[in-house]
Amino acid sequence: MSLGDFLSQSGSKWLRDEGPDSDIVISSRLRIARNLAGQSFPTIATEKDQRYVLEAVRQAASGSAVRRLGEFEMLVLKDISDLDKQVMVEKHVVSPALVDAPGGAVLLRKDEEMSVMVNEEDHLRMQCMLPGYQLDQALKMADELDDAFEETLDFAFDENKGYLTACPTNVGTGMRASIMLHLPVLVVTGNINRILSAVTQVGLTVRGIYGEGSDALGNLFQVSNQITLGQSEQEILSNLHGVANQIIEHERVARQHLLREARMRVEDRVCRSFGILAYSRQIDSKEAMQRLSDVRLGIDLDIIKGVSSSILKELMVATQPGFLQKYYGHEMSPGERDIKRAALIRERLRMDSQGLK
Amino acid sequence: MLCEHCGKRPATVHLTEIVQGQKSEYHLCETCAREKGEAAYQAIAGAFSVNQLLSGLMNFDPWVQERVETAAPPRCEHCGMTFNQFSQIGRFGCPHCYDAFSPGLDSLLRKIQSSDQHVGKVPKRRGGAIGMKRELQKLRLELQQRIAEERFEEAAHLRDRIRYLEQQTGT
Ligand SMILES: [Zn+2]
Ligand SMILES: [Zn+2]
Ligand SMILES: [Zn+2]
Repeated sequence: MSLGDFLSQSGSKWLRDEGPDSDIVISSRLRIARNLAGQSFPTIATEKDQRYVLEAVRQAASGSAVRRLGEFEMLVLKDISDLDKQVMVEKHVVSPALVDAPGGAVLLRKDEEMSVMVNEEDHLRMQCMLPGYQLDQALKMADELDDAFEETLDFAFDENKGYLTACPTNVGTGMRASIMLHLPVLVVTGNINRILSAVTQVGLTVRGIYGEGSDALGNLFQVSNQITLGQSEQEILSNLHGVANQIIEHERVARQHLLREARMRVEDRVCRSFGILAYSRQIDSKEAMQRLSDVRLGIDLDIIKGVSSSILKELMVATQPGFLQKYYGHEMSPGERDIKRAALIRERLRMDSQGLK
Repeated sequence: MLCEHCGKRPATVHLTEIVQGQKSEYHLCETCAREKGEAAYQAIAGAFSVNQLLSGLMNFDPWVQERVETAAPPRCEHCGMTFNQFSQIGRFGCPHCYDAFSPGLDSLLRKIQSSDQHVGKVPKRRGGAIGMKRELQKLRLELQQRIAEERFEEAAHLRDRIRYLEQQTGT
């Protein structure tokens, strides 16, 4: 199978498409936690409880209200190979916790923009994942999915505490909204730490997608709400928007400033990184992420042309161990993985230069 | 179901233990579960950083402190989880735990959340019932006023509406 076919078959839609502000916001994700009334939470659920929850969700999903929202498939995790589970985690379609949860399952829409994890920390975790900055749209979609399930399922809800969840950090709206940001210039200029600590002062959390703090691999950060009780869904999002817009603006200004002050250094750095990705014969994931981040910046600053801007997110996922093993069809030692990673990146870059996509 | 261990008291605690890929389920009474359960809960508790956060907060809370030290801490009748177990693993056993562990919970929620009162989405089907309950409260107050003002005809209309809402909400 060609790499192009492989990526379009095994990649989620959010990995291929672009969205608003996608020069900085890689993706938007919104997740809502729901539990069935009167049922033990997965915390203490027995096998029988888990089967009951799975059956209830399966039935609700086969109802017309859910089917109206698209074509879904229920995957029970114990029936899936470890490799396929790993690939789903690498695509951010399911959480690592679901893979370890006994009785776990996922209801997946064909485009993988919508999914429902079953028997994770809560009975249902509905998730919408979109490219670029589309949190409002993600909330709208998750809200519709929630309403569709609520037509036939009774959710644990309390007038004062809202939607009841296994963990008190999710109670109320049960909503966690997050955006993945690419902030290479704020990292390079050292401004990132100041911004990150400011963010945590206003009820939001921030963490590296791969790695922590300013050592985040690929300069990718996730900003999400921490509070779920005492604020409405809209208030939570507008708080997040306020902060996100400021971070986006800071990064944009810093990029323009850097271009004015040190254009040659920037051009040299991004073009060198492109050269390394295009010609290296072995590359570890840490270096690959940094080089991909440089190339993506080069694309955004119009220094590198003819390379698709989805390259960063596509390859940050496709060069993970599970994906590499899936594409090349066998298990690998870390050393061989570095060789195959370099080969896959070269192949992906060639697709753009040949005008194939 | 009776406790698997002692066979005397009802089994209210259901535990799933996984040792080297072997999964076992236990159905125990609270007394027997305490021996087995504490160890199991401790084992999974380590994985969640939020637990440290929670137990950190609880140690500062005089109400919780006092409850933890007395012999009978709050316990959820529905799933059997005790407040101690909750504070160790940081997660509830079932939706009823929220009632069982109130009011110690409310002060915890005010610390980790922005308040202890939900203001967001209400389930569509439940929205009707909650709306009716709020209207009921309002109408009962109005009814008392009308009676005090001796406006009996209006009061009678209100009473009809209240009866209807009471039937609908099952109160
Ligand atoms: Zn949790
Ligand atoms: Zn017993
Ligand atoms: Zn309970």
